[in-house]
Amino acid sequence: MVANAGTAVLEAEAPPVFYELEEHGHAEGATMLGFWLYLMSDSLIFAVLFATFGVLRFRYAAGPSPADVFELPLIALNTAILLCSSITYGLAMLEVERRRMGLTLFWLGVTGLLGLSFVAIEVHEFLGLAAEGAGPQRSAFLSAFFTLVSTHGIHVTAGIIWLVTLMFQLPLHGFIPENHRRLMCLGMFWHFLDVVWVGVFTFVYLMGVLLS
Amino acid sequence: MSAHAESEHAVAHQHAADEVTTHHGSFKDYLTGFALAVALTAIPFWIVMDNAFRVPATAVVVILIFAFVQIVVHMVYFLHMNSKSEGGWTLMALLFTGVMLIIMLSGSLWVMQHLDSNMMPMSPAQMRNMP
Repeated sequence: MVANAGTAVLEAEAPPVFYELEEHGHAEGATMLGFWLYLMSDSLIFAVLFATFGVLRFRYAAGPSPADVFELPLIALNTAILLCSSITYGLAMLEVERRRMGLTLFWLGVTGLLGLSFVAIEVHEFLGLAAEGAGPQRSAFLSAFFTLVSTHGIHVTAGIIWLVTLMFQLPLHGFIPENHRRLMCLGMFWHFLDVVWVGVFTFVYLMGVLLS
Repeated sequence: MSAHAESEHAVAHQHAADEVTTHHGSFKDYLTGFALAVALTAIPFWIVMDNAFRVPATAVVVILIFAFVQIVVHMVYFLHMNSKSEGGWTLMALLFTGVMLIIMLSGSLWVMQHLDSNMMPMSPAQMRNMP
């Protein structure tokens, strides 16, 4: 009785208080942040491979050194190709904002072809190295080199597959929010791979040639 | 319950629509980034291919600085990084990753360097007979 009366008084006097116990969705949609976190964790994979390469870079096992096997003009060409593919993807995104399907597909196609030629040149480089007897089994330096650079190449290949998929999805469904989100994520992925490549050509190729 | 779900659905659609209209980078941004990236790529390649520095160590420091600046340029102009996006969480994740990266890279190189210099010296004959 007394307790009841007490609570009745409390209920009457105290203003209602609300606590937010349930989680809310992210205001801008959580996909972009989630994808960013994926990219950050992916960069940790690359960091480990860079560290491995840094540790093993002078272990030639009486085999070839970077200066013997790296062809810098070829790497410069590949760097230019990947850089151009970054800006053509940016141009595709600008056409997405303007809702122009034809030009969007055109720039996506150019990006895909540039990506494809990047991978083709890299495969050509790898096959050339293997033919010279500088394959991944030759020395610790070459093992670390092939692991790091081919991991990047596999990422680019996955990006191309993703890009081709979206080039089918876009004309099929139009500029729906879902497609826009997918294009944004692929864009982040593509530009991220360009950032990783900056590390690769500086740390592996240029520093390799300078310090061997 | 169903009304609640419906209203949430509507809110989700509203968000999706907002997402579409948000502008991410302009033509000028991409062009500026591209021009900077070309310069920041071409100069290190020129330094190495033309042996612009007599001391390799100087060249290494210079091209590492160029690489760092180029990564920042790519982050700002192509990935549209800023301290505001997603309430600052993208920047926090990036900084955290950066710290992890520095610890992993410098730690690995430092520890392995010391292990290496403490190894027993090996003759070429012993090296050849390694399994």
